[in-house]
Amino acid sequence: MRLIAIAIAVLGSSMAVIAAEGELDAMRGNVPLLEERTPEPLYDVENEDLRRVRAYPMQPPTIPHKIDNYQVDLNANRCMSCHSRVQVGESQAPMVSVTHYMDRDGNFLADLSPRRYFCNQCHVPQTDAPPVVDNTFVDIVELLRQPPDTEP
Amino acid sequence: MLKRIKSLLSTFWRIFRSPSGYLSLGFLTVGGFIGGVLFWGGFNTAMEATNTEAFCISCHEMRSNVYEEIQPTIHFTNRSGVRAVCSDCHVPHDWTDKIARKMQASKEVWGKIFGTINTREKFLEHRLEMASREWRRFEANDSLECRNCHDEDAMDFTRQSPRAAEAHRRGLIEGDDTCITCHKGIAHELPDMAGVEGWE
Ligand code: HEC
Ligand code: HEC
Ligand code: HEC
Ligand code: HEC
Ligand code: HEC
Ligand code: HEC
Repeated sequence: MRLIAIAIAVLGSSMAVIAAEGELDAMRGNVPLLEERTPEPLYDVENEDLRRVRAYPMQPPTIPHKIDNYQVDLNANRCMSCHSRVQVGESQAPMVSVTHYMDRDGNFLADLSPRRYFCNQCHVPQTDAPPVVDNTFVDIVELLRQPPDTEP
Repeated sequence: MLKRIKSLLSTFWRIFRSPSGYLSLGFLTVGGFIGGVLFWGGFNTAMEATNTEAFCISCHEMRSNVYEEIQPTIHFTNRSGVRAVCSDCHVPHDWTDKIARKMQASKEVWGKIFGTINTREKFLEHRLEMASREWRRFEANDSLECRNCHDEDAMDFTRQSPRAAEAHRRGLIEGDDTCITCHKGIAHELPDMAGVEGWE
């Protein structure tokens, strides 16, 4: 009898957890788990060709153009057909920075470093979708402007 | 036997040569015209049949490689609902070019019989060679097939993305590039591009 009571209690609390999670999940838009949700519309990729501000200097910049069907695999690297050192004259695209030509020991290579081959590991295009969660990131420039005694 | 055939042939030749005594000139001209139309029409119909997507993908070499790959691209489905089928890009619409291309196509029948690309591996091995031939063809005819649908005079650069408009102004208006110079791999996956100009 005690066992069954415990089992029910455990089950009940885990149900409560599931329900609470349903509330918290911004991606699902606070719809209970067992209900079907009307999907969001598909948003367009921003293709304005305007470079965006980086949140900090080491950030891989987001891609300001669409990359639909750009092939990056063993055979071909579409991105490098514009962004490589030798192609920028033709394409007028910004060259990948020198870090892309460095191995992990900081040696300079003649060609793109293998660890930088798959661009989309670090660089992504953006859509015009509204953000699903609020962002509390504060730019370092903002931080420096604040008087020293305030908590961020 | 041989004699019979010979005499038959010579009788036929005589009838064929002598001016017609029975048929009116009008009948001959009209008949000849209709015959011509029928012949031309039949020829055209046969050519049309080989221009369909269904014909091209009746061979698995075409269906399980290039046809598979074109499906996620813009020329298969797009917001305008205009599809570019194989023959839009690979067989010139112009008559003389059309026949020249068909003559070359008999090489494919040869390839089919001898199985030059009958597996995915063999297809990939051959891909650079085949793609290079297509690129040369597009370069030689100034991307005629692309221009059958995309006329650069009809392109409103102000409605293109700045990146596209800038490239088109530099390449097409000021330079002497052609569509395929920049749009390789528009419909299918690319072969190993090591060594291809602009892809090093
Ligand atoms: C047809 C040439 C072309 C191709 C192909 C191309 N790009 Fe670009 N890219 C540009 C140009 C030109 C810019 C400059 C801004 C603009 O015009 O969009 C740019 C800008 C960028 C930037 C922004 C740089 C900055 O400092 O903000 C990134 C990141 C980028 N591209 C990544 C990529 C990746 C990743 C790929 C492959 C998936 C790619 N690009 C393919 C031409 C190209
Ligand atoms: C491991 C992550 C990583 C990969 C993979 C990577 N990048 Fe980057 N990229 C960065 C970072 C970080 C920066 C900014 C800091 C820097 O320049 O190193 C950057 C900067 C850039 C810039 C801006 C350069 C400038 O000077 O403004 C371009 C363009 C770019 N990357 C293109 C590419 C392309 C194209 C590829 C694929 C061939 C690629 N990146 C692969 C991390 C990456
Ligand atoms: C009889 C089967 C068959 C049919 C039908 C067929 N193909 Fe092919 N195709 C092949 C084979 C086999 C090859 C490889 C030929 C070779 O050895 O170079 C090939 C090669 C090609 C190539 C590369 C040409 C080159 O220069 O290397 C193109 C382009 C092509 N086919 C387009 C088409 C189109 C467009 C159609 C429809 C009008 C079509 N094919 C119908 C079997 C076929
Ligand atoms: C929008 C134009 C376009 C359409 C539509 C198209 N192709 Fe191609 N095709 C090309 C181009 C361009 C190449 C040259 C290689 C490259 O750039 O990918 C090519 C290359 C090929 C090749 C040589 C092998 C290769 O992939 O490089 C074959 C075979 C071929 N096409 C068959 C077909 C068949 C079959 C269809 C119909 C299912 C078709 N193509 C539809 C443009 C097109
Ligand atoms: C049968 C007509 C036809 C032919 C032939 C054709 N195209 Fe297209 N192309 C289209 C249509 C339709 C679209 C999509 C327009 C839209 O809805 O935005 C398109 C779109 C494009 C785009 C835009 C891609 C994008 O992501 O926005 C490019 C680039 C392109 N074609 C290049 C080519 C090239 C290069 C060739 C020759 C190898 C070619 N086309 C042959 C009809 C054609
Ligand atoms: C100098 C290089 C170059 C040449 C030559 C060129 N294009 Fe483009 N084209 C581009 C670039 C770069 C883009 C934008 C990036 C992309 O779509 O991948 C583009 C985009 C396009 C688009 C989509 C427009 C948009 O706003 O996104 C179409 C359609 C197109 N090209 C058709 C053609 C046709 C047809 C020809 C031949 C008459 C041609 N291009 C010649 C470089 C070129």
